[in-house]
Amino acid sequence: MPKPYTSSLDLTTGKVDLSHGGGGRAMAQLIDELFVRHFDNDLLRQRNDQALFTVPAGRLVISTDGHVISPLFFPGGDIGSLAVHGTVNDVAMSGARPLYLSAGFILEEGLPLADLEKIVASMAAAARKAGTPIVTGDTKVVERGKGDGVFITTTGVGLVPEGVNISGDRARPGCAILVSGSIGDHGVAIMAGRENLQFCTSIVSDSAALNGLVAEMVAAAPDAIRCLRDPTRGGLATALNELARQSGVGMVVDEARIPVKAEVKAACEILGLDPLYVANEGKLVCICAAVAAERLLAVMRQHPLGRNAAIIGEVIDDEHGFVQMTTAFGGRRIVDWPVGEQLPRIC
Amino acid sequence: MKYISEFRQQDLARQLAQAIGQTVDPGRHYRLMEFCGGHTHAIFRYGVQDLMPANVEFIHGPGCPVCVLPTGRIDNAIQLAARHDVILCSYADLMRVPATGRDSLLKAKAGGCDIRMIYSTQDALKIARENPSRSVVFFAIGFETTTPPTAVAIKQAQAERLANFSVFCNHVLTPAAMRAILDAPQPVAIDAFLGPSHVSTIIGSQAYEPFADHYAKPIVIAGFEPLDVMQSALMLIRQINEGRHEVENEYSRAVTRQGNLKAQALVQDVFELRPQFEWRGLGLIPDSALKLKADYADFDAEQRFSLPAIQASDVKGCECPAILRGAKKPQDCRLLGTVCTPENPMGSCMVSSEGACAAYWSYGRLRGKCRVTLR
Repeated sequence: MPKPYTSSLDLTTGKVDLSHGGGGRAMAQLIDELFVRHFDNDLLRQRNDQALFTVPAGRLVISTDGHVISPLFFPGGDIGSLAVHGTVNDVAMSGARPLYLSAGFILEEGLPLADLEKIVASMAAAARKAGTPIVTGDTKVVERGKGDGVFITTTGVGLVPEGVNISGDRARPGCAILVSGSIGDHGVAIMAGRENLQFCTSIVSDSAALNGLVAEMVAAAPDAIRCLRDPTRGGLATALNELARQSGVGMVVDEARIPVKAEVKAACEILGLDPLYVANEGKLVCICAAVAAERLLAVMRQHPLGRNAAIIGEVIDDEHGFVQMTTAFGGRRIVDWPVGEQLPRIC
Repeated sequence: MKYISEFRQQDLARQLAQAIGQTVDPGRHYRLMEFCGGHTHAIFRYGVQDLMPANVEFIHGPGCPVCVLPTGRIDNAIQLAARHDVILCSYADLMRVPATGRDSLLKAKAGGCDIRMIYSTQDALKIARENPSRSVVFFAIGFETTTPPTAVAIKQAQAERLANFSVFCNHVLTPAAMRAILDAPQPVAIDAFLGPSHVSTIIGSQAYEPFADHYAKPIVIAGFEPLDVMQSALMLIRQINEGRHEVENEYSRAVTRQGNLKAQALVQDVFELRPQFEWRGLGLIPDSALKLKADYADFDAEQRFSLPAIQASDVKGCECPAILRGAKKPQDCRLLGTVCTPENPMGSCMVSSEGACAAYWSYGRLRGKCRVTLR
């Protein structure tokens, strides 16, 4: 059988050019030798414009995320792994088991193919680890200067187990508020990777797929979990305010119980940032019935992604819907919605 | 020094709260003006008020350089940025301050002006080096803390013959502002001052000695951590009770009596006093602001570009001027929370991270609304 392409893609010195988005042979080769080769699953290998699968019985969720992070590579990950983790997590926050992902790429003319391959390989590894194959996708190329290297959009579908009802509007007064680990790691790791803010830190992004952790939590207490949310852009403060607003409640959290790494605190101090507003990519907030809090905490701490989980506060009745915090100092303040963009292009 | 934890300890806070509670005269009302926006911010962020007795009141002062900048100067900055040969470099805080006609640097940037957000003067110099064919203007603001770095940048630009670099200078002076508050025709009742922290590292604690003497007000130079604020409040309360009016230095880990002589010399070299300068809330104050000396005229944006003095008026109902003087509090402003929010600020006190309204709104607006007991 004749070789489909006269020569392989030059993945060492080659660059993305406009023909790679043209719909012709160059694009087909890019897809074959890069995307299909790395993502490597039966559905994708069919090479249709869509992936066909049987719909399992039950309730499905679908979620989508665009990724524009800069720089493309950062301590603890890259735009590829982030794109997988982000959507897997959004699906998992409903309690669902993620099934499949799609991935749309907008590539900038001039992007080194070596970089693209690193990103794709990283996505493949992340998808494999999360048990969620990338089964369909799209490729476009824009002229130099019209894109920042690469933008990736992922969409995911998942299946919600019987009896599980997790939604942002289900928090009630008396519920406990838990967080799965230290906050602010991702945002600070990104800053360390950016040109004009140079300082040495040992901080690595916490980017990770949380579906395994969620599965254990749901198995341990399927009825008690009322809300799950991953605190990405806008940080923990935004996630808590969103949930408070959706549920029409208030919250009180205890600053001393919110885990923050010493290095993250220090970096935030220097830059005048509040860790509560810094993005996370591998953490979740859980609101559950008070009786189940300790049990869930124990289950979370058994999991590698929940070792530093903590109960940080409780939901209260409050017509104003404030998220309040007793400060480590002993005073009281609200944790408000963030204003504007603390750190641009963080996810 | 692990100051993040050491200066925010709850146990020490409780001990100080007890000491303050025992020291105050229950029949007296203590009015302490915290001059610096940084102190206002710390008080609200850590909930320091919750640990103070009810008869000790903090009055917010004008120590927020973004807040005291009159609207007309932001208008000038936007005019500069609108020139296609100019790159305007600005601190992030200034970007959202409302200018005339609800414009702002951020909106001007979205409209196509080349405005770069920077963290330090060194960033501005770098941009100037990288863009030799464009005029790079640094929008300089601040009290005495940020003036030395601007002086350094100007001298660096001179040494490098960086002809495309210039500074739009809005540096202001702390003692002049304190004098304006104390000399006001209808002065606000103030018993004592928490003196500025980082300004004092530059000018030294001796800069306040004339005030303590002439106006008979106690002044304690206070650090920015919440324990600093409480310790300083205790020192002020003691002075008030004992009828003393001295300058004391609580921030001794950073402030000396003479201050930073090298920095002072640098500033003397590069800058001179303007006859007068308009301050938001305090009006025209003589000898209160700096401009570049003739020797450095090449780097003075006001010499290089013609910038008309713009008399801009505040939004109707905006109480920033009164709040900056200490005459009113954020909650006294009708616009707060109704029309004026951080997303849609009417005045600079809501925009700046050190503004009293922003601090109150972001951290403290639950006061009087919620009755959650502290554990």
